[in-house]
Amino acid sequence: MDSSHFFGISGIAYILAMVAYIAYLAFKNSTVGIIATTITAIGFVSQTIAFIMRGAEFYDLGQMGIMRAIPLTNLYESLVFFVWCLILGYLVIEWKYKNRSFGAFITPIAGMALAFIDISGMDKNIHPLIPALQSNWLLAHVTMSFIAYAAFAISFATGIMYLAVTTENKKSGAYIFWTVTFGIFAAVLIAMGIDFLAFKVAARSPEAFIKSYLFKATFRNDSGIIALLSYVGAAGIVFLTWKYGHALKKLIESFSISQEILDDLTYKNIAIGFPIFTLGGLIFGAIWADQAWGKYWSWDPKETWSLITWFVYAFYIHARFLRGWRGNKIAIVAVVGFISTIFTYLGVNILLSGLHSYGGG
Amino acid sequence: MSTKKEDQNMVDKIWNFFSSITLAVVIFSLISLTSIVGTIIEQGAEPERNIKLLTKFFGESFAPTALRMLDTLGFTNMYHSWWFITLLFVFVANLIICSLDRFPKIWKVVKEPIKPLSPELLNSMPVKKDIMLKGRVDNARSAAEAALKGIGFKANIHAEDGGVQICAEKGRYSRLGVYVTHFSIILILVGAVVGIFFGFNASLNLLEGTSSPVAYARNGKEIPLGFEIACNDFETTFYENTDTPRSFKSWLTIFENGRPVKINGKEVIEIDVNSPLKYKGITFYQSSYGFSPSKDSLFKISVTAGSGGKKEDIALRFGESFSIPGTNITGKIADFSPAIAVDESGRLFTYAQTMNNPAVFIEFTENGKLKYRQWILKRYPQTWSVPDGTVEFKDLWGAQYTGLQVRKDPGVWIVYLGCIVMSIGLYAAFFMSHARIWITLKDEKSGTRALIAASTNKNKIAFEQKIEKLAGGLNG
Repeated sequence: MDSSHFFGISGIAYILAMVAYIAYLAFKNSTVGIIATTITAIGFVSQTIAFIMRGAEFYDLGQMGIMRAIPLTNLYESLVFFVWCLILGYLVIEWKYKNRSFGAFITPIAGMALAFIDISGMDKNIHPLIPALQSNWLLAHVTMSFIAYAAFAISFATGIMYLAVTTENKKSGAYIFWTVTFGIFAAVLIAMGIDFLAFKVAARSPEAFIKSYLFKATFRNDSGIIALLSYVGAAGIVFLTWKYGHALKKLIESFSISQEILDDLTYKNIAIGFPIFTLGGLIFGAIWADQAWGKYWSWDPKETWSLITWFVYAFYIHARFLRGWRGNKIAIVAVVGFISTIFTYLGVNILLSGLHSYGGG
Repeated sequence: MSTKKEDQNMVDKIWNFFSSITLAVVIFSLISLTSIVGTIIEQGAEPERNIKLLTKFFGESFAPTALRMLDTLGFTNMYHSWWFITLLFVFVANLIICSLDRFPKIWKVVKEPIKPLSPELLNSMPVKKDIMLKGRVDNARSAAEAALKGIGFKANIHAEDGGVQICAEKGRYSRLGVYVTHFSIILILVGAVVGIFFGFNASLNLLEGTSSPVAYARNGKEIPLGFEIACNDFETTFYENTDTPRSFKSWLTIFENGRPVKINGKEVIEIDVNSPLKYKGITFYQSSYGFSPSKDSLFKISVTAGSGGKKEDIALRFGESFSIPGTNITGKIADFSPAIAVDESGRLFTYAQTMNNPAVFIEFTENGKLKYRQWILKRYPQTWSVPDGTVEFKDLWGAQYTGLQVRKDPGVWIVYLGCIVMSIGLYAAFFMSHARIWITLKDEKSGTRALIAASTNKNKIAFEQKIEKLAGGLNG
């Protein structure tokens, strides 16, 4: 067995875990809960093995020593590492807070990332390091960035849960905000699921693999009618989330997760993620850029977007401490922060051009 | 008199304006929103590229107008536009004044070590514990000292009526973390400004075997270096059997007054993408390369006769001939390809305009009669052997140029210093807390009454656990 088999096992495990956690949330059966945790743990161990094996394969291919054999060099590897950090963070929270219901909110993010890998037809092969990436800063810069991203992802999940618990009025801004965000995430997840099925059934030719499959079966379909229907469907999902958002509130409340715990978790993850992001993402990135390109800051889209993300979280921290912002307002900032993080990480690679193009895999 | 008061008002107004969080929010938002536009519109790019982009949003007819409008507003080079720089300056002013505004209050706390407090004040602390101990105050005191030491605090003992008050604190200076972080941002920006005013960013393309006393700024202006830099050689290496580059390397030499300069004992310095050359405050980075052959470019080959004869290194121009030592056979370079490949029908073709897979075509003649001819590929030794010996194609020299990024930045050390200061500040601000503990011990009939009062500015849950441990230590 090589690393790809173990990655496969972990991928299946996380998707099963997502289903199990949602089932646990719905049926509150403790056996289901234990199964969900077990599957997640199996997935995590399997992914850890895969990560080490891929490192060993990389080591053999590159012949440049251990520091040049860290499998974090393209979009695929970084997404997989993001999922690993996220699951690790989640398992720690489950163990510390003795509460499994967060799983239903965090594993979907992992599932979405893995589905995204498959659908986008991302290159999964090991490629030797191009000269720009041959630096000892690679390890520090990339791992720290992704630890921060994972912490932000968790704060996003708890932020949404917080908003779900505290909002009542369907016409209030906070309620609309969280249901629309949640609805869009759900719609994207479902669209990816459809893509995934269409992709597995229909396309078997090598050309089809090379082409990106993201949203080809839905929003980006060649047939205008299907594309239009997809948008209508997505709007429908958003509408349904808005209409039945209260169900989620009842669910979370039935697990006796207090608003305080959610607010505290959101803050803690940002308080861990923000300094790590500043140091690993911005500072180490700048030092590396200085050594490789002769410019520590060049307003490249990736740099600019990470600065924007940094501003959002800096705002979160200042609003909380100086203005004493609590409640919905601050939870919304946390959610916006993660949306900006996703764009920094994926949007820039996919939509904008710049120096960080090797992430584009 | 009245004018003075108005002046005072004016200063106050300006101060209040810059110290307001509202301004901070507005500036954060403005910088972020305009930056988003800047990441979509390609910066400093050819107009055609942005027209293509704008056509998607505004349609073909309006795109050029839209670009002209954006250009006038500075959005095509916005990070260097006056209004963006102004925003950054307002941000710094806001940061400095906000920090100054709040600093005195915090400084008062930081300056003063912990001291005993009145029972009323102790009662208002967020964490409290009240326990009865068996022994006398003296015993309890040493137990308390040991217990405080156990959780990493040093006890200060103050005698009181009928007992003692023990105070202990940790991480008082961590309260400055916020200010250290803010200061580091200012340092970084100061470093950036120094770099902009006293440094330069330029580039230089050097053909192998040539030198230059100047580099070229983005606007094409010549910038004298104060010395001469020469490129001896440039080479790309590839991962085996692929076109994935493994390294881009240049071998450079610095000349002062026509004489080569030794750096670390070497005249020829090898640079790589992640390891630049520094000389007299100017840094040369490997940033690109290109292929531009001329009739003076030299083919460097190594010829060996038969199997295991003497090896001879030869350099010759296109069309020139050489002989295989000890034979009557002459070889002539008849063709060249920088990147040769075979197509499906077996025909050779050139697939790139860089030296990805260079090959020479050599015609071998004996006494003026064509004997055989052969393509010899630099990267594939199996193509080097010919019927009468071995011809190794080593390099086509003087055909590639190295693209150097040339930079002088006297402010970079300030930026680095700022980065270090920021790391310290963030660590203090997020991972350290100012924790304070007061233990009042009072003699009572049945033993000693211990009142623990404590507070922390961060991570309350972990601190409460520590206090539990402390209380346990008092009992034991």
